[in-house]
Amino acid sequence: MTPDSASSERPDAPASRGVDRAGVVIAAALAALAGVLVWDSRQLQATTMYGMGPEVMPVVIAIGLGILAIGNLIDALRGNLPPRESADPRAVWLILAGLALLIAIIGFGGGFILATSALFVTTSAAFGRRAILVDLGIALVMSTLIYLAFDRLLTLSLPAGPLERLL
Amino acid sequence: MDTFAALAHGMAVAVQPMNLLYALIGVFLGTAVGVLPGIGPALTVALLLPVTYKLDPGGSLIMFAGIYYGGMYGGSTTAILINTPGESASMATALEGNKMAKAGRGGPALATAAIGSFVAGTIATIGLAFLAPWLVDFAVRFGPEDYFALMCVAFVTVSATFGDSPIRGLTSLFIGLTLGLVGIDKLTGQARLAFGIPELLDGVEVTTLAVGLFALGEALYVASRRHHTEEKLEPIRGSLWMTKEDWKRSWKPWLRGTMFGFPIGALPAGGAEIPTFLSYSTEKRLTKHPEEFGKGAIEGVAGPEAANNASAAGTLVPLLTLGLPTSATAAMMLAGFQQYGLNPGPLLFAERPDLVWGLIASLFIANVMLLVLNLPLVGLWVKLLAIPQPWLYAGILVFATMGTIAAKPSVVELSMLAGFGVMGFLMRRFDFPIAPVVIGLILGPIAESQLRRALAISLGDPMTLLQSPMSATLLGIALIALLAPFVMKGLGRFKANED
Repeated sequence: MTPDSASSERPDAPASRGVDRAGVVIAAALAALAGVLVWDSRQLQATTMYGMGPEVMPVVIAIGLGILAIGNLIDALRGNLPPRESADPRAVWLILAGLALLIAIIGFGGGFILATSALFVTTSAAFGRRAILVDLGIALVMSTLIYLAFDRLLTLSLPAGPLERLL
Repeated sequence: MDTFAALAHGMAVAVQPMNLLYALIGVFLGTAVGVLPGIGPALTVALLLPVTYKLDPGGSLIMFAGIYYGGMYGGSTTAILINTPGESASMATALEGNKMAKAGRGGPALATAAIGSFVAGTIATIGLAFLAPWLVDFAVRFGPEDYFALMCVAFVTVSATFGDSPIRGLTSLFIGLTLGLVGIDKLTGQARLAFGIPELLDGVEVTTLAVGLFALGEALYVASRRHHTEEKLEPIRGSLWMTKEDWKRSWKPWLRGTMFGFPIGALPAGGAEIPTFLSYSTEKRLTKHPEEFGKGAIEGVAGPEAANNASAAGTLVPLLTLGLPTSATAAMMLAGFQQYGLNPGPLLFAERPDLVWGLIASLFIANVMLLVLNLPLVGLWVKLLAIPQPWLYAGILVFATMGTIAAKPSVVELSMLAGFGVMGFLMRRFDFPIAPVVIGLILGPIAESQLRRALAISLGDPMTLLQSPMSATLLGIALIALLAPFVMKGLGRFKANED
């Protein structure tokens, strides 16, 4: 999952650790973000006669991000980042897959119940459950109840799909 | 304005049956959600925002008052019974409270937390009621440059001064400030960082950010290190009630905790971590039973819990009078105001006194309700704590995404939510504080517009920031607060991340 998955397995020596590669990636990302801010601010027109226009603040923030990128880079090169425990990438990917499914189902008009049920089942599997069918049953019942409560009681509209139209 | 008359008027608003019901629902939902492990008060408020979409502003703010205090209280229950504080402000409570629960004294620990929260909350709300009008009188004279300087102080103190690493705290803040730029610039109508995506023109929704960072981020993080932690729920054995001895040992810590919590919470320094740990170390020094500390001393629960609640009321002082949120929870409360187009500050006191004073009066009522509800319902809260982890987090994610699905069921918005979830996961993994991102997003655009207003008035002369004595002083404080952590080590003991 994380770009550091290789380096995080390495046992942490207390002092003078080597270069933290994940930290370097973070610093680079901050610098890139600063670049995007500056690039985006160039399409803005300075229309205000007095004071500052809309293009000033992005540049100020970009300068701040640039300085922080250097600070983070120094921390990373000195190996000053706090120690990390090994992570289980499978669990993270499962939940992210659930979120992707949810977005896809909502996007293609599959409705609230199916979308949240998909997320429920993948998340519970990420936390180590193996009884997928049982969880699917729980998820369907729960999301149907939530849908009814919101739709009927609070009159908040949640996206409807084939299942919702049956209710 | 006469505080007593205003408060009496607010009370009249708050005791209307519908408003009482809103307060009750708020307290109940707030506690129920806040009790869930891994959910702190900020996320509680963010998750419950959609419930209030359809209410009128008055009722909704009153419900918020209940959710705010309920979420706080729920957090301490979790801290005592399973030693996983939902927020760093409950860490001190967990130190002694969980030991008490292990020793079979969970009942008195919960009781002293509940009664201490009530005492502290009530005193601090009185403090709020008296301090607020005075501060409002003071704040009306603030020019835009003074507001800008004040926000700079808040930015620095929440991100750099008290964190583990000022560099990582400021990085979080600047990510928040960057997100705050997204959308149409209010003064000129030009789109910034929208990349031609129509959904981005409205800017980044605070609730989307908070729910993504707190709920999704936390779930991903807990899932990724599931094999490292073992949570154990301590059953409540023996009496729920405090003995005479417990009372004798609790009342002074309650009052001392309040004295720490309220003033520090009211300063734009942010967070309840400092007063809770100050209270913990004070009680440890003053106690007549030093041998019990570390093994479950009731003073170590009573003091920090009171400090926590008093500081929660204290944070409302800058929020209501200046519109300045100094914690992630306060930032969520501000988002709650903004969904009705209300901007807390001196103007709101003048224009909508019924709303502001109704809210303050509801805080008293919410406090009483918490006291009455929570001890009898403790069995129910314990059942919520016993939900197996896979279902618990699956349920949390369903509720977390539901808020966004209800508000804006678009693929872009949901993708942003998922993206913030990944960001929250990475920030936890690499130990970046979360609260500064939320505060940067909500306060950044306000600070920018104040600065631009100040510069427009001064015809573009930046010296205006130093010519106002108020703003010059505040900017000086901000500079000192920024440099202090680099000069002095040890401020980082007070961790400032609230999740």
